[in-house]
Amino acid sequence: MLDLIPKYVNADSNLVRRGHFVDTTFMIAIDDAYSLIRVEAGRVTKITSGPFVTPDYSFCLRASRAVWEKFWQPLPPLGFTDVFSLVKQKLMQVEGNLHPFMANLLYFKDVIAAPRKEAVR
Amino acid sequence: MSPRFEPITGRYLNLELLGKPHRLYVEEAGQGIPLLCLHTAGADTRQYRGLMNDARVLKDFRVIAFDLPWHGKSSPPAGWQDTEYQLTSRDYVRMILEASDALGLDRPVAMGCSIGGRIVLHLAHENPEKFRALIGLESAAYGQAYYDHTWLNRGDVHGGMVCAGVVSGLISPTAPSAERWETLWHYMQSGPGVFKGDLYFYTTADGDIRSRVGEIDINRCQLFLLTGEYDYSCTVEAMLDVAKRTGAPATVMKGLGHFPMSEDPKKFASYLLPVLEKIRAL
Repeated sequence: MLDLIPKYVNADSNLVRRGHFVDTTFMIAIDDAYSLIRVEAGRVTKITSGPFVTPDYSFCLRASRAVWEKFWQPLPPLGFTDVFSLVKQKLMQVEGNLHPFMANLLYFKDVIAAPRKEAVR
Repeated sequence: MSPRFEPITGRYLNLELLGKPHRLYVEEAGQGIPLLCLHTAGADTRQYRGLMNDARVLKDFRVIAFDLPWHGKSSPPAGWQDTEYQLTSRDYVRMILEASDALGLDRPVAMGCSIGGRIVLHLAHENPEKFRALIGLESAAYGQAYYDHTWLNRGDVHGGMVCAGVVSGLISPTAPSAERWETLWHYMQSGPGVFKGDLYFYTTADGDIRSRVGEIDINRCQLFLLTGEYDYSCTVEAMLDVAKRTGAPATVMKGLGHFPMSEDPKKFASYLLPVLEKIRAL
């Protein structure tokens, strides 16, 4: 599903515009599978899959595969629609330097949810 | 062509609140039973725009909403620049009662959402004789913080954008896009630190009414509870707990989230109108 993120983010000119000042690398952890997502000027320019020895990233979103799969459904079940809902239920951890994430929260919420668009095509 | 004005009138009210002169922005529409509407944290009266344009409501109810001080078009009190805004349950109750008196309202119905839904419980507990009925939207006796609120007011993060970002997931995914983004726009326009200051009341011991909610006597003032199923802040379970301990009727609103009156006014009306009909018959 992660490969869908650049596909749908970069095709969405409004989302790219909203992320114009975002320049960071963040991590998504699905169970023990780690991926680094590089964002430059709002575009997702590279996804690198782990394992990593010394990964360099700003923040990490960590959840089980079962949680991510529910989160990425076109209309997620109750409780799985939003990152903060998952955090509150302790189903997701948001770790690291949260500044890029919080300073661009609406942008990152849409980036992370981008795979939902695949199922509704 | 004549201007297409809405039935809403907006005015500024001069009054004393908490012993200080204030200039409060007040909107109203309709006639009949006064229905005083309380907005959510970090937002303003525009959340009730749907209700104030609904002829089915306006024929029997005088719908009134005011922006709390610091919110919307209400000014903070003079000298605000040397203080940190922090809402407390004591001040919140006093401001509602003082504003209601200044508006000359006789035992209004009060309806509040989120922090407004919480303070409705405080009003039911402390001042039931002052109200004809109370409606709690997204009412919970307590809400624990699930993120660090300091992110809401710091110089290196756009306050409006982070406030909107934090609350965006509380809106139902099925809400109409225009109403969703209107709701978020209100948050984007909120003054610095205001949402954070409201959450002091909402997420600390100050506003926690769990130990007293069982003392609410709905025979002294009827209480109605309605909560959107997608609200993970004031959850359905939290509302049902209040309902169980007070005997208040509770309704789960399908397809709605934390801002029912603003995120999907039409769907919200389908749940509110039966409640208003019951209040009209009281």
